Order: sequence, then structure tokens, then C-alpha cells
Amino acid sequence: MDALIPPLLNGSAVGALLLLAALGLTLIFGQMGVINMALGEFIMVGAFVTYLTQLVIPSSDISIPVALPVAFVVAGLLGLLLEVSIIQWMYRRPLDTLLATVGVSLILQQVALQIFPAQGVPVENPGWLQGQIDVFGYAWPYRQAFTIALALVCVAGLAAWLKYTSFGRRIRATVQNRDLAETVGVRTRNVDRITFFVGSGLAGVAGVAASLIGGTNSQMGVQYIIPAFLVVVAGGIGQIKGTIIAAWVIGVAMAFFADWTSGSLAQVLAFVLVVIFLQVRPQGLFTVRTRGLA
Amino acid sequence: MKKLTKLNPWYSLIGIAVFAVLLLVVAPSVLSMHWINNLGKYSAWAIVAVGIGLAWGRGGMLVMGQGVFFALGAYSMAMHLTLETAGPDATPTFMILYDPLAAVPAFWEPFRSEWFTVLAIVLLPVIVAGVLGYALFKRRVKGAYFAILTQALAVALAVLVSSTIRETGGDTGLSDFKYFFGYVLNDDANKLMIYMITVGLLIVCMLVAWQLYRSRFGELLLATRDAEDRVRFLGYDPANIKLVAFVIAAVMASIGGAMFVPLVGIITPQEIGASASILFIAGVALGGRASLFGPVLGAMAIGWGQSSLASSWPEGWIYILGLLFIVVTLFLPNGLASLFSRMWSTVRTSADRRSQAERRLAA
Repeated sequence: MDALIPPLLNGSAVGALLLLAALGLTLIFGQMGVINMALGEFIMVGAFVTYLTQLVIPSSDISIPVALPVAFVVAGLLGLLLEVSIIQWMYRRPLDTLLATVGVSLILQQVALQIFPAQGVPVENPGWLQGQIDVFGYAWPYRQAFTIALALVCVAGLAAWLKYTSFGRRIRATVQNRDLAETVGVRTRNVDRITFFVGSGLAGVAGVAASLIGGTNSQMGVQYIIPAFLVVVAGGIGQIKGTIIAAWVIGVAMAFFADWTSGSLAQVLAFVLVVIFLQVRPQGLFTVRTRGLA
Repeated sequence: MKKLTKLNPWYSLIGIAVFAVLLLVVAPSVLSMHWINNLGKYSAWAIVAVGIGLAWGRGGMLVMGQGVFFALGAYSMAMHLTLETAGPDATPTFMILYDPLAAVPAFWEPFRSEWFTVLAIVLLPVIVAGVLGYALFKRRVKGAYFAILTQALAVALAVLVSSTIRETGGDTGLSDFKYFFGYVLNDDANKLMIYMITVGLLIVCMLVAWQLYRSRFGELLLATRDAEDRVRFLGYDPANIKLVAFVIAAVMASIGGAMFVPLVGIITPQEIGASASILFIAGVALGGRASLFGPVLGAMAIGWGQSSLASSWPEGWIYILGLLFIVVTLFLPNGLASLFSRMWSTVRTSADRRSQAERRLAA
């Protein structure tokens, strides 16, 4: 039992980060059929924003809460820029967006490498996150609990936004039937842009949390994007429920695998796990029922 | 898309013949040994690209993790060469470095045999790609999902190899090979031979692709790419068609990897991970994924750019590569080959018009 608790808790925190990253991916993919490979770099941007905020506001007690909205807006605007400059010319061609955003991701990594030192920058944990909670005898760092709380707040906010606001209704209408939505007066182009903004912004928020847990450097996006995609594949496209469950399961599974074998084998095993899972549910955990051909 | 396949296939055969003469006869007599070796390296990458052209250009399967299969061939070859250099029944130096009493891992032992190594280079990718492809295609995993999953595998494999320093050499990889199937590697005549073998294999792979493209299988593969459901309704199983193309592409990647090792003299996880796999894609996309020559020439161009720019101006190279992805997908989705065929058809139509005009004048 004691051996189960640490990977369970650590894995949950990793899962929460993956959830934040995967939400952006699945929102953008589900909404527009666009795959944003540069989303990992948006996480990186969020982490560097956290570092820069700490330069401006030295007290980390204040700078972290300030960094959250700033990272959201900066990453969101970057996503908006990406949408307007590149993505909007290749809607409904997921493979092309995937390739183009690979290019964007390479460029962003290189830009970060030229601005910031290659070994990365330190982000200081605020005082109110420097403690541990005792969970059945295991000292669980506050910042991991904070990551989970942050992810849950973001998810709840996103779900409420989609479900209860008129804008959320327009988004859902666009996803279900773009032409019909347009016919009844929804400006689908605006819906696309705002969805891209929010999805990218969520990755920025994930970056703030990532900077508190792991390192902040130009390569950090790479280590989140692939597990985040595994989450999207396993969870089902555009399904918040599926994304939450898949993120948690994959985060925890990777933590357990890492405990039993090694961190590197854990990635291979997580991959195998997802491929096996796809044999059972090829469309992911939850799917939108359609009459289309699978 | 369609236009690219309309070109008379026999022209391609003449093209391959010219290409073979250029690489096998002209290049060795003109170029220095240094450039022959480089050209060999680009040819090894081009072999991988032919396979990607088949799977992606013709089959619509974007394989973002071709580094995995490249690794199977490369590490099979590297293990054999390492053992050959160490001598019979001896332990390779790098293993002794970490532990003087180290035993050779069990999975290394068969690679002492030359025949086993050659078989492994061909059969390992068949097994891995076969199992993975069967699992994914039968459950109709496709498009972006498929691309991401293959890349995930490449990332995972590179991380795994990096971390197993005692078994695979880890981040430093395998190097310091002295012999290649009995031939001394540090000899220009033998280097030329290895170059010739690589180019020969490239030509063979192109011929295989050429034959596949004009066969019934090639038609079915194209049909699967463009309208998978219709192919299914006609009674074929698209999963099998894709599986065959994916496996052939994997074998080609493995062969490319195997030849890369004696030419370059080192294999590291960097050469097989996500960024290396992306480089393969970049070459194929640049050249034109659906054509026969596009992937080959694109891969060679990227290889040349990589080796000439990456050392002298690394940050610039990354920007160029990034922009390449964006510009090619935005403006030239079918690569430079489409530019060529567009020009070709313009020339043809104007020539047709001229001959018509001449005929009218004569009449």
C-alpha cells in the first residue's frame, strides 16, 4: 500500500499537467480539425513567462498568481497569431496543419534557445507552495496539489463556459454542424479564433505549473506534447470527460511504470498501453455518436 | 495530386537509369572521397525517403516515426560491426569501460553472425511494423492519430536507447568500427565499395517503388489514400493494403539505417529520435511526396543542407528548416516535384499548340 501512494500522487500531478495541455489540443482538434504540434512550445512560453514575471516582481508569492493570467494571454495571443497567419489557410487538412506547426515548433524552440540559456532558467516556488501535506505517511509537495487544483479549476471553467454561456453554445453549434451554425448567424470564423486563443492559453497555464514542477528550458515542450497527444488519442476527440480520465490514467500509469522499471521504459510502456487500449476502443474513451463512417 | 501520377511511367525508368549512371559512374570519377562519403550518407537517407514516399505520398499514412525502423537497421548493423571489431568471443570495448567483467548481453550474441545481421536488418522491421500496423490499421486508426502514434514510438525508443548505456552505448551511441563484413573500413577502396552498395540499394528501392506504383497494388494504394471507404465497399480490405505499404517503407528505412552506419561510422539516439524522423519527413515533403524522384532528391537536399549548414550556422539551419515546413505545406503541398510537372505540362501544351499551328500552316 505504501509503495502505491507516491506514484499515485506524483502521477496525478503529471496527469494534471497533461490534462491542461491535452485540453488545448482536443479543443482545437475537435473544433477545427487542426493539430497544433507547437502546443508543447506554448507550454514552454508559459514557463518562460513565469520566469520573466519573477524578474519583474521578485516576490514569488505574488508573481506566480500574476503569471497565470499573463501566461494565458501571452500563449493565447501567440496561438491567435498562428491561426491568423498560417492555420486559417489550411482548415480541414489535419496532416498539413500538423506539418506546418512542426515548423513553428522548431522555430519557437530555437528562438527560446537564443534568448534564454541552454541549460534553462530557475523558477522559484512561492512560499505558500513550499510545504508538504502528509498523505498516509508520504510527504506530498504542495505544488503538486496546486497543479491538480489548477487543472480542475481550468477544466471546470472551460466546461461551464462551453455549457452555460451563449458563446459556448455557439462553439458547440459550430462543432456539430458548421454550415448550419453559419446559416443561423454564428460567425464561425470568430468562433475558430476564440477557440484557438483559449486552447493555446490553457497550454500557457500548463506552462506555469510545469515551471514549478520540472525544469524551464527550450526543450521542455517536447516532453509534454507526445504524452498529451496520447491523452487525446485515448480520451476521444473533443471530449472533456474522456480527456480528464485519460490524462489521469496515463499520468499515473507512467508514474507506476517509472517506479517499476525506469523512466525511459515507462514511455514505451505508456505507448504500448495506448495502442492496446485502441484495440478495445478505437475511437477513444468517449466519442460523439454519428452516422458517419468510422 | 492526380496529375502527378499521370506522367508516363516509362519516363521514370529512364530517369532512374540516368540517376544510376550519375551516382555510380560520374560521381566516383569526379568527386573527392570526402564528398563520395557524404553522397553515400545522403543516399542512405534517400532510401528511407523512398519508403516514406510510398507510405505517405501514395498511401496517405504520414509516418512521423520512421527513425524507429531506421534504428532497427542501424543498430543491427552497428552491433555486428562492434562485435566484428572486438573480435570473436570478445567483449566490445565500451562495455568493458563500464564494467571490466561485463558479459555481452544475450540479444547481442546472434549479431556476431553476418547472416543473422543481414536477416535481422530485413526481418526486424517486418515484425515490428507488421505488428504495429496490424494493430492500428485493423482498428482503423489513421490520419493524424497514426502520425502522432508513430512519432510517440520514435520518442520513446530514443529515450530508451539513451538510458541503456551498458547495452546500447546510450547517448554516445556505437562507433569506432574497424571492419565491415571482413573489409577494413579505413580504406578508400572499401569506402567506395560501401558507397556503391548504398547507391545500388537506393536504385533497387526506387525500382521496387516504380514497379509498385504502376502495379495493381499501387492503384489500390492510391485509391485507399483518396477514398478508403469506397475501396472497402469494393470488397478489398484497406488495412491489408496499408499494412503492406507500411511494412515495405519500414524495411527500406531499416536498409537505409544499416548502410548509414558504415558510411558515417557512428549511430546515436539523436539519429533515430523525433527530430531525425522529422528531417526525413521534411525531405520528402520538400521534394514531393507522391512522386518517385521527389522524396529521393528532397532527402538528399535536406541531407546536404543539414551537413553543410548545421555545423557552420546551426541556428540558421533550424530556422530554414522550420520555414521550409511552413512554406512547403502552405504553398507547395506536393513539393518541388509538382512545380516541375507543372512546368513540364506548360512546355508540353505550348509545344502541342506550336505543332498544331505548324500543321495548319502546312495544310
